[in-house]
Amino acid sequence: MAVRTIKVDYLARVEGEGAFKVTVRDGKVQKAELVIFEPPRFFESFLRGRQFSEAPDITARICGICPVAYQMSSVHAMEMALGIKVEGPLRDLRRLLYCGEWIESHVLHIYMLHAPDFLGYQGAIDMAADHGDAVKRGLQLKKIGNEIMELLGGREIHPINVRVGGFYKVPKKRDFAALTERLKWARDAALETLRWVSTFDFPERSRDYEFVSLRHPSEYPFNEGHIVSNRGLDTDAAHYDEHFEEIHVEHSTALHSRHKGAGNYLVGPLARYNLNFDRLSPLAQQAARGVGMGTTCTNPYRSIQVRAVETIYACDEALRIIENYQEPDHPFVPAEPRAGIGMGATEAPRGLIWHRYRIEADGKIAEARIVPPTSQNQPSIEEDLREYVGGWLDLPDEELKHRCEQTIRNYDPCISCSVHFLRLDIDRG
Amino acid sequence: MTGAAARVLVIGVGNPDRGDDGVGCAVATRLEAMGLPGVAVAHMNGEITALIERMADESIVYLVDACQSGALPGKVRRIDAAREALPPESPAASTHGLGLAQAVELARTLGQLPPTCVLYAIEGAQFEVGAALSPVVERACAEVARRLRDELTTTALGKGVQHA
Repeated sequence: MAVRTIKVDYLARVEGEGAFKVTVRDGKVQKAELVIFEPPRFFESFLRGRQFSEAPDITARICGICPVAYQMSSVHAMEMALGIKVEGPLRDLRRLLYCGEWIESHVLHIYMLHAPDFLGYQGAIDMAADHGDAVKRGLQLKKIGNEIMELLGGREIHPINVRVGGFYKVPKKRDFAALTERLKWARDAALETLRWVSTFDFPERSRDYEFVSLRHPSEYPFNEGHIVSNRGLDTDAAHYDEHFEEIHVEHSTALHSRHKGAGNYLVGPLARYNLNFDRLSPLAQQAARGVGMGTTCTNPYRSIQVRAVETIYACDEALRIIENYQEPDHPFVPAEPRAGIGMGATEAPRGLIWHRYRIEADGKIAEARIVPPTSQNQPSIEEDLREYVGGWLDLPDEELKHRCEQTIRNYDPCISCSVHFLRLDIDRG
Repeated sequence: MTGAAARVLVIGVGNPDRGDDGVGCAVATRLEAMGLPGVAVAHMNGEITALIERMADESIVYLVDACQSGALPGKVRRIDAAREALPPESPAASTHGLGLAQAVELARTLGQLPPTCVLYAIEGAQFEVGAALSPVVERACAEVARRLRDELTTTALGKGVQHA
């Protein structure tokens, strides 16, 4: 039996592990299984018994790449439970924080992780030898995302300035002066990024996904909106549980999510783009059209283009927020503990995150549930692999493995909420 | 060194919530407490671009990180990264994880690696979520902090003058 294993470990970050196994029998793909590990499950139990006010700092530690989406989902859920509403400049500042996170995360994925696949390199290091200017542009662009996070979040990773009801400290208008100029450069660099990735060769693939994302009456979704799908779903965070369920599958300790009565679904950039193209800024829409993209996209390999469009939007939206910013009278809306249940759903760079909490009258967290994007996408990733691997079986193992990895990378599985160490087994029987 | 900018940067790399992966940051915390003149200390999660960015304008950088190589837990290795390439982390088999070795090699390719770049790698025993450092790694942590103090107060700061 031909089973090959590649183990990935040396001086690596150990924030998540994953393994992937394809079983081939009689020239047909029998099984494609992705095994991931999920720290959010640990955090669910860690949160119980802690004060509601501790949730933002604790949940920010779930992921080094998308802490904002985790902490903001917890904050929105707590605010629902406590009956407070955050609006005006405080809400705008929250959106600005998302802009920073999306720029950081998308640019990291585009330049360091996904582009080498399309250009035929082993990784970013090889690619940098031939495409040094592009890699430097990516590093500069990502840095501007870091700067937003630092200004608003208090530091680049695991932001600590966010609290239930708002912020501990808000910036003054003048604090944004230097950032504005740099964001203008970033917006141009994001436009250049889209042009660059649009020159790549994309495998011709298309799937009939059920796309699920937030949708807001007027905004491209970050932190608020209904949960909708292209197959007629229209609900909200409070009723998420009625429509989606998490199930155990034999091959993975991570839970898989399913749309009840409908099956697998997809969250993330492709879903947001398909459901919210009309909510992108005019510049982002124009840029997408300029490289030949339509208002919908069902090729998962083109998710790299969609990330570039969303990066343009994040720069554009950040500039809009900064231009209109007026310092609020108070950095937060006071929140008094009371017994209640609250749910929050926001858009992490890699897709919808849903949180639910029950808190006691003294403000202690009694129950916590966190559904990360990658566990929602895991069944779709496996389905992509099952469907596509069949067409590549004539390739040698190494090349086949690379195609599988590229396919998994389409989803930008989170560095800590899912795959880091990836072991690949291809069993050809 | 009288109030001027730090000449040496020590970066502790890792995730303190993942058992022995937190040893880099634990060493950094010890060094911070020593308050060595001319030495700045940073804690980072190892995300590749932030690491490259942080090292970009520095002349002397010391990196401290946990590793998994099959050696005995607690084993400490000192690698002169400016002179020798770090063993790769099989990038082809990783979907998302880019580690410290790749950050160093990418910085080298882009011509942004500090002229002095030394890595202390400490073999971890376990990387469980929420776990503390293993006793053997805790001992290695104290050893590396001591060795770094000695190296920084003698060799590195002496060398730093040449780069000034």
